[in-house]
Amino acid sequence: MQPHEYMEDREMLKMIEESVADSAPAGSSALAARGITKAFPGVLANDRIDFDVVPGEVHALLGENGSGKTTLCKILTGLYRPDAGLVLVDGQPVHFRSPAEAYAAGIFMVHQHFSLVGPLTVAENVVLGWTREGGFRFNRADVEDQVAAVAERLEMHVDPRAQISRLSVGERQRVEILKALYRGARTLILDEPTTVLTPQEADQLFISLRRMADAGESVVFISHKLDEVSALCDRVTVLRQGRTSGSADLREERVDARGLARLMVGRDIHFERRSRLAAAGEGAAVLEMSGVSAVDEDGSRVLTDIELSIGAGEILGLAGVAGNGQLALAEVITGVRPSASGDIALDGEPIPSGDVRAAVDRGIAYVPEDRMGTGLAPGLSVADNIALKAFRRPEYGRGPFLSRPRIEERTNVLITEFDVKGTVDTLARQLSGGNAQRVVLAREISSQPRLLVVATPTRGLDVSAMETIRGLLIDAADAGVAILLISEDLGEILDLADRVAVICAGRIQGVLDAEEADVEEIGLLMMGGSVERAEGTADAVD
Amino acid sequence: MQWIEFRLEKRLEPPRWLGPSMPFIAVSAALFLGAVILLVSGRNPVVIYQRMFQAAFTNPGALSATLTAATPLLLTGLAAAVAFRMRVWNIGADGQLMIAAVLAAGVGIALGERSIAISLPAMLVAGVIGGVAWALIPALLRAYLRTSEVLTTLMLNYVAPLILFYLIIDSTSYWRDLESPSARVFPQGKTLAESDFWPEYGEGISVPFGLVVGVVLAVLLAVLLRSTRLGFQMKVAADSEAAGHYAGIRTVRLLILVMVISGALAGVAGASQVGDFSHRIEPKALQFATYGYTGIAVAALARYNPLGVVLSAFLVGGMTNAGFAIQGVDLPLGLIGLIQGLILLLVAASEVSSRYRFVFGRRARPEPHGTEPLREIDEQTAAGTGQEAAP
Repeated sequence: MQPHEYMEDREMLKMIEESVADSAPAGSSALAARGITKAFPGVLANDRIDFDVVPGEVHALLGENGSGKTTLCKILTGLYRPDAGLVLVDGQPVHFRSPAEAYAAGIFMVHQHFSLVGPLTVAENVVLGWTREGGFRFNRADVEDQVAAVAERLEMHVDPRAQISRLSVGERQRVEILKALYRGARTLILDEPTTVLTPQEADQLFISLRRMADAGESVVFISHKLDEVSALCDRVTVLRQGRTSGSADLREERVDARGLARLMVGRDIHFERRSRLAAAGEGAAVLEMSGVSAVDEDGSRVLTDIELSIGAGEILGLAGVAGNGQLALAEVITGVRPSASGDIALDGEPIPSGDVRAAVDRGIAYVPEDRMGTGLAPGLSVADNIALKAFRRPEYGRGPFLSRPRIEERTNVLITEFDVKGTVDTLARQLSGGNAQRVVLAREISSQPRLLVVATPTRGLDVSAMETIRGLLIDAADAGVAILLISEDLGEILDLADRVAVICAGRIQGVLDAEEADVEEIGLLMMGGSVERAEGTADAVD
Repeated sequence: MQWIEFRLEKRLEPPRWLGPSMPFIAVSAALFLGAVILLVSGRNPVVIYQRMFQAAFTNPGALSATLTAATPLLLTGLAAAVAFRMRVWNIGADGQLMIAAVLAAGVGIALGERSIAISLPAMLVAGVIGGVAWALIPALLRAYLRTSEVLTTLMLNYVAPLILFYLIIDSTSYWRDLESPSARVFPQGKTLAESDFWPEYGEGISVPFGLVVGVVLAVLLAVLLRSTRLGFQMKVAADSEAAGHYAGIRTVRLLILVMVISGALAGVAGASQVGDFSHRIEPKALQFATYGYTGIAVAALARYNPLGVVLSAFLVGGMTNAGFAIQGVDLPLGLIGLIQGLILLLVAASEVSSRYRFVFGRRARPEPHGTEPLREIDEQTAAGTGQEAAP
């Protein structure tokens, strides 16, 4: 649009190329980025980012959501082309025009969504779509042997003959890694690989990644989980608002999670830990579930004999690997999904199954996992979304008519109280993740509920929004609301919850006191073990 | 010479003025393209457009004819607008209108020479019942068997005229005129008693009763959608069914209700056809009029806004009227239809294009509100984390 900006780019690019030729530690980096810039409408996703990965290291790329990690990696792997800046492989500038060219240079990425074909075997998936000099011939036994060899080198437990559709999520992830290595990966980028794993599976993954690094290959580990980064990685580069905000060598410097958080956010972070209720669970139970079961749309059972109770002012954390019935449990309690059998009672009175309005009227609030689309109507304004449930109340109008001024008045109060960046007219989909979640929480908490069901309330939010949301939950609990906190983030549950219930395959595997529970134990329960077995294993190890 | 580089970029949010002004831009563009076509075919577009305008609005009797053409389009346009806003794709206003006409005519014939104060409301109610009944079939199929209402309403549009033909031509039904001399030459429907003809208003121009009803209904519909609790629920469910379900809105019930309202509006159109204009069942005329389909276009032109439908029905009615009035040896009806088609095509295209903008040059500039906060925080970082960040 403006010619001089264009010139600037050109000049910058030239300058960068010159400076790279002069000063860059050429040859020492397996993969490097110099001054990478990429703009999208409304956002400068990458702003002159520098980034280096040397052979044999596990390098963390840390940043909040929207800090530009994913964009950078898509540029490094040829999915996007940068507006300005250079990518270097082994010190040589490269201009990838497609992922295939990145593959040829040995750069691979494991995305959060796997690209595997369910009915085929591990070995078949590894070679699928990969043509080498061998032409069209596929020597099954050869491939299987090679895959097994790579797996052994990485201490991965994968059977090359197994069918993908029978594998767990963690196993599928291993197949993705094997696939990249088999195809000649020398630098492997993993996009938030641990979100779908149990703590034990994550530990396994760390061992394999370490093996890779020891063999001289490079690993780029994208994450926003601070403890993982400090536990696993050799070096870290922190991105913030599209820029490199710092990097550190974790082998030399003692940088703890708090220090990393400061790099990510630019200020100190205080995650509130909850001062636990002295008499948690001894107060009158607000929610009581007994023998509750539920089925899916296709008739398969998703919840079996759920027994749970939550007292006033208590936070019960529900831990589990994603997709083990958490959604069904939340929906059954809130009336969104009918139960197949069993009783749910609020304050001792049974609530009808599958009746959202009854649940809302009785004081059950719900912050659903699917924020944009379920918790909020994306195309409607903040005011409309605040009125989403309350529009039936007499104070918002007369007879069949709805009073827009009253809704807006109420919305303005909540916008101030919950610090939402937006106006009554802002469309929900224009809100950032943190603000969207604030609107949902504002609506649900302000309805003065007896019970609040929250599902993955901080997922995808940046650290500062997380801090706020957690604070709101604690305040609600302190005000006497019973809270069911469903989360895949075990750390969050242990920080906030009074008790932890663990769900696996639609069954509650056990309920532990959060003060005494340890991660190992919860991890075993998440995989379907029992507390007794957990203790047994611990003994055996001793 | 170098090509100008440009690309399409998605707008974060289209500017507010753009949405309402899009139909006007589309109509202007269509008239321009139409002018090009007229020029290519050797006609003077200025002269033709002038004749069209006169035929639609200024010639003696032109306005009355335009209002007559606009009446059914207004009502079917409202029927489409209310359904499409809710993302219920009722394509079936055509069939609903026909069944409504049958019931309204039946009631009118049965009442004979009663006072208009009795026969008019009775016919209106009969029409509404007919339209609703025909709309309920696809509504219930969709609600309980998840059948696509696009298909069922469309198919029922083929069933309805067959019923008309059966009643008037292939049988000696109650609706068929078996006595008057002209009916012996060619089968036709029984004509209403003159006392049952719906009134017209105005001096010099005639405003059909159905048009008055349509305008009143448009206002009521606008109020319903904008400022009632029911309208709010419809808005939520249309935007996100999951959010509606989550909020305890009974979306299935709402879906049926929307189809009922839509069918009722088409039903009023059917009753008006009999009461205002034809005064009997005319199977061929109703089949070829395709009021139901044109109503969809009228609604789209108004961006499904009920008050906008009043305007767009007037416009499309005028063009239809003009098309018939000025067609002749030198100007085939098809040319007029072509311009109408262009308008609708461009309106549909404008819906999509208003979400994009052209970007010239190599680099996209971030929108101002995107850059500002970035700057602000960056300065803080530079100041705050310099020490820790030493590599």
